[in-house]
Amino acid sequence: MQAPQPHLSDPRLHGYEQDLAGIDALEVPLDPALSWGARVWRATWPKLAAGGLLISLWQLVVWLELRPSYALPGPAAAFGRLLDDLRDGVLLTATGITMRRAVAGYAIAIVIGVLLGLAVARIRLLRTAVGSLITGLQTMPSIVWFPLAVLLFQLSERAILFVIVLGAAPAIANGLIHGVDHIPPLLLRAGRVLGARGIAAYRHIVLPAALPAFVGGMKQGWAFAWRSLMAGELLLIIASRPSLGARLQFARELSDAAGLLAAMLTVLLIGILVDGLVFGRLERCIRTRWGLTGP
Amino acid sequence: MAISKRELAQAPPTTYPAVAVQGVGKAYGPAGTAVLALEQVSFTVQPGEFVCLVGASGCGKTTLLSVIAGLDRPSAGTVQVNGSRTALLFQESALFPWLTAERNIDLALRLRGVRKAQRRQETARLIELVHLTGFGGRRPHELSGGMRQRVALARALAQEAQVLLMDEPFGALDAITRDLLHDELERVWRETGVAVIFVTHNVREAVRLGDRVLVLSSRPGRVVAEFPVNVLRPRRLESPEVAGLAAAVTERLREEVRRHAGAATASQ
Repeated sequence: MQAPQPHLSDPRLHGYEQDLAGIDALEVPLDPALSWGARVWRATWPKLAAGGLLISLWQLVVWLELRPSYALPGPAAAFGRLLDDLRDGVLLTATGITMRRAVAGYAIAIVIGVLLGLAVARIRLLRTAVGSLITGLQTMPSIVWFPLAVLLFQLSERAILFVIVLGAAPAIANGLIHGVDHIPPLLLRAGRVLGARGIAAYRHIVLPAALPAFVGGMKQGWAFAWRSLMAGELLLIIASRPSLGARLQFARELSDAAGLLAAMLTVLLIGILVDGLVFGRLERCIRTRWGLTGP
Repeated sequence: MAISKRELAQAPPTTYPAVAVQGVGKAYGPAGTAVLALEQVSFTVQPGEFVCLVGASGCGKTTLLSVIAGLDRPSAGTVQVNGSRTALLFQESALFPWLTAERNIDLALRLRGVRKAQRRQETARLIELVHLTGFGGRRPHELSGGMRQRVALARALAQEAQVLLMDEPFGALDAITRDLLHDELERVWRETGVAVIFVTHNVREAVRLGDRVLVLSSRPGRVVAEFPVNVLRPRRLESPEVAGLAAAVTERLREEVRRHAGAATASQ
């Protein structure tokens, strides 16, 4: 990128100003610009290569016939089935219901996680009281909550939401708390010098400064939400509500290995897509803005 | 755009000092075992005056600035600041990394309650004042250390404070950049009429910039000497007048350091 040199041509220049402009031009870091295509290719080919390698390994295992083909079909069969299921719509309906649950549960978890995180980060007494409890909840496998969820809400959507929220909210709260705790004191001092107090300090200094860690917590929260949801759907099958978890369960009961793998591939692909398109992009954006990108 | 000398240079009655520090003491830790960082520090700074504070390690320079800035409460004595507001510049620029240079300055104006239309104008004026026109859209990490300090200077000026406190602001810069920033700071100081308290451990820098140089003792910090700098501006860091006075200040500072020579072995 060429550094702008506006004041070199300024007629009022005299003495040190020209030297200053020279130093500015020399010291501004240069970053080599890559074309859009080159950047996309540089980010994509290693992923494609890794995917290709894994599929080849899978195919190799199938060829070696370590397991009978009705238990472990090859990639061609699994991907073929995935396309078939997508085409006749059943997989799309199931994915739609699963994603709706995921988004609803995750949204509730964000609201609760943010409120909880802010309260704990701000109020010392609350932190002493529930700080370690939140971390404890975060490490607790969310499947542990299912029996209770069923007792409380029966076999219903609410039981599934309950478990998603319990899985994701602590991680989101912890991300925010961690973010607030690790703000460089110098930035807080600078904020105080500029007169940022109370709400203004939170809005303009604390929350933006905590954003990178908060996004980390959101990402972790999503992973927990997604896992809880899958576990929940395997256990809690609601009639007339086809879901990815239900498809996995039915496929196992019917020994439909290709259908099972097709559903698993869908779960994996959604995971990769959400991570790459939502969180990956968000994190990259923050890293670029803050100047945390490596060479 | 012509840069007008700011109104504040004329507004307050000039009989009040910009800063009056009276018998300020600062102790840290519980009573009994408290460590005394500052003791009986007194000095005044006139409006538009440039005062440099030099001292060795442990002279409580940073503590003193925090007390004057109102970030820290003195254990004894009083600090009076004309206009009651001070701007503070740190050794690292302390720019907010999530905002561009312009938005950093804009935030200072916004926190002061300046309206949006006026903010844009004022930001552009300040960016021009520190010779960074064209760089306003860049984020701190896309600027060099010297440029970041100039953005920080512009952000501090956006506070419209009558007193600018500077805590070794050029300490981390290379010699050429520092030399240029001396010229830049001197010009900005003259154009804005702001009073400056400039803390440094670089004696030549202090003599190059200050109207007066105050020497602080260490542990606890106290003003032990005052040197008026009667060298005509513009000054050069390497001029014989600056070097000569710097030698005298250094000698006084050395005396102060020497006093502590026995302290480390005595306490072991």
